[in-house]
Amino acid sequence: MGRKLLLDKAHIENIRLYDVYRQHGGYRSVEKALKSMSPDQVTEEVKKSGLRGRGGAGFPTGMKWSFLAKPEGVPRYLVVNADESEPGTFKDRYLMEFIPHLLIEGMITSSYALGSSRSYIYIRGEYAWIVDILQQAIAEAKNNGWLGKNILGSGFDCEIYIHPGAGAYICGEETALLESLEGKRGNPRIKPPFPAVKGLWDCPTVVNNVETIAAVVPIINEGGEEYAKIGIGKSTGTKLISSCGNINKPGVYEIDMTISVEEFIYSDEYCGGIANGKRLKACIPGGSSVPILPANLLLKTAKGETRLMNYESLADGGFQTGSMMGSGGFIVLDETQCVVKHTYTLARFYRHESCGQCSPCREGTGWMEKILLNIDNGKGKMSDIGLLWDIQRKIEGNTICPLGDAAAWPVAAAIRHFRDEFEWHITNPDDAVRRNYGLANYAKPLEVVA
Amino acid sequence: MAEEKKLFKVTIDNITVEVAPGTTILNAARQIGSDVTPPAMCYYSKLQGSGGKCRTCLVEVAAGSTADPRPMPKLVASCRTNVMDGMIVKNITSERVLDARAGVVEFLLINHPLDCPICDQAGECHLQDLSYEHGKEGTRYEFARRTFEKEDIGPYIQLHMTRCILCYRCTYVADQLTDKRVHGILDRGDHAEISTYISKAIDNDFSGNMIDVCPVGALTDKTFRFKNRVWFTKPLDAHRDCPTCCGKVTLWNRGDEVLRVTARKDQWGEVQSYDGKPGWICNTCRFDKKKLSDWVIEGPMKVNRHSVISANKYIDAKRSHETIAEVMGGRQPRLMMDIHNISDVNKPGVHLSELPGPATGDTFTPDHNKE
Repeated sequence: MGRKLLLDKAHIENIRLYDVYRQHGGYRSVEKALKSMSPDQVTEEVKKSGLRGRGGAGFPTGMKWSFLAKPEGVPRYLVVNADESEPGTFKDRYLMEFIPHLLIEGMITSSYALGSSRSYIYIRGEYAWIVDILQQAIAEAKNNGWLGKNILGSGFDCEIYIHPGAGAYICGEETALLESLEGKRGNPRIKPPFPAVKGLWDCPTVVNNVETIAAVVPIINEGGEEYAKIGIGKSTGTKLISSCGNINKPGVYEIDMTISVEEFIYSDEYCGGIANGKRLKACIPGGSSVPILPANLLLKTAKGETRLMNYESLADGGFQTGSMMGSGGFIVLDETQCVVKHTYTLARFYRHESCGQCSPCREGTGWMEKILLNIDNGKGKMSDIGLLWDIQRKIEGNTICPLGDAAAWPVAAAIRHFRDEFEWHITNPDDAVRRNYGLANYAKPLEVVA
Repeated sequence: MAEEKKLFKVTIDNITVEVAPGTTILNAARQIGSDVTPPAMCYYSKLQGSGGKCRTCLVEVAAGSTADPRPMPKLVASCRTNVMDGMIVKNITSERVLDARAGVVEFLLINHPLDCPICDQAGECHLQDLSYEHGKEGTRYEFARRTFEKEDIGPYIQLHMTRCILCYRCTYVADQLTDKRVHGILDRGDHAEISTYISKAIDNDFSGNMIDVCPVGALTDKTFRFKNRVWFTKPLDAHRDCPTCCGKVTLWNRGDEVLRVTARKDQWGEVQSYDGKPGWICNTCRFDKKKLSDWVIEGPMKVNRHSVISANKYIDAKRSHETIAEVMGGRQPRLMMDIHNISDVNKPGVHLSELPGPATGDTFTPDHNKE
């Protein structure tokens, strides 16, 4: 049984309420930080913990905090990115819905470290009921003196505001989020300057994921070095994984990053195996943007090692034979799923969510969607596969923000690993609309590379 | 202030220039001129915040600076990337750039209606130039092109949303030149469109400048609509004493009739500056003063880069210190288009001098060649 740091109290009844949360050791980290630590010491602890951004990119949080420019007379901001819209990712929703005070607590401690006296939660517009939950939590925290002026007599002021988005995936990109927070159209900004120098209202800003900020609480409580002992290598601490798809027990699981992918899928403690006795065909291990992997490459790396659920191991082999940890949206596909249809669905999503600012993403995503729809409907041509490959290649890396990459990677990976299924769709159009290609060789054990 | 700023040395396609710190790669390349300059569809030096969107100006940075000579992993938008001392940039000498740029041109064209024969912008369209210089001759797009509901944005400006490439220049004009912006981008992604807030007419003294900044035929002059092809008109530089604007314009005449009035453009297709101020013109000059007697004619318009008679005439181009051999290193001599690739006739396999008589259509059919 792995250790739980974030969800250890999630099962307690009414933990959503301040009194219950406080009884179970809540807000200890704020007390500890404000009374006995300087802001730089808090940042130092986070650095020592090796905590990496849980939003997808996996950038070390302590490093990000230390990059924050600190000019005199200019306010600094902490913005929590709760615009969780990646298909397959719903870990932040769980966290905010069941233990909202954990986020608020983490935000106060982090704001103290960063010197932000006004911090924002930019929350996905569709999470309307969570806005109410968070509002209540903020009000409770304020009534009990954890927010407002001169918190705990330390001289530190902090207010937290919630800003609901209006339903755009792109506003989860940090600079688009800041634009949206400023009340503008959610177009990603051109970097540099980075938000750490010029962010919200041109002031230095740190944008962090909900889970990252929540993880600051156990780090301060237990110390950064203790936190770093959990996990393996550079993947320290625990990670929330939201697993979904054809599994017996979909849901949010907190793992320490030493377990294998195989254990995560088949163990009863986690996903509980593939539903209905089917076999595993493929999996997207980190939210819809990351490359899909066939079963054999998912369970073992190309070198024949067991693949573990952590940043390094999932990325082992690069995009050729690996994938990414991403945001932890674990989507499992069984043998009855069609990869072509699946890829089309993702392409449709990215076409719809492209902001339309830069040309490769605006035009390319729509083009890929149309070609994939054709192939799925049995109207594809063999040259379409090469065309798709060329389009994704010309989008990737040539756009302002990572949405272009996120749209290109799933298509690239599907063609890379499941080209035979695409070809079958094209050569057997009648079969393709009636039945599924099935498992093929994707689940066969890998040949051991000498 | 007296202290002179140190100039940065930057090498673009084997040619070195010295520019002031804070200059973008694109503007450094513009000092060199010729085809070393990346094309720019959305960047407009006179509009703050423009650029970075169209991705046609992508370049490869082979060395970041003298201090940190690592190459940048991704292609960068030259219009929004500042030069560093000792930076080495590859534009047309980089295969990656040419490939990516051809891709961008293809993306820009897949939903463009290609209605150049009935478009007033034809002949002075940046997208035409771009696709001719950097694009491929064919398209691989087989689907219906995007269309929009027609919208009337006022008596002076014609909006053709299908032609728009969403460069955002016109919204910057509205933001920075006019008091109140009533138009902007609605929706997102490939269905994003330029529109006014609930079909309002755009009514402002300087709104006409949107037409000048539009790189394509999305915003055209209604008073000039279908009057004439641009290349049949005779451009004249003229001025008048205008109380609201600089009054320096180009008249586009047919005979003695003034068909159109625009601001004067520089060699990059942008409005000319006078004493550092962009020469935007007001709507009165642009739409109402259509008589020759309204204007003082200065003379024929100076040839610019976009004119068909401009070949090899570059204004203010810096002469490079490098020898031809150095400059040409890694660069292919420019071939506009290989006619044999796309034409069915005149294949190099047929030697006209060896034919017994004049060539006919049959000469080039495969059967004939076999004999």
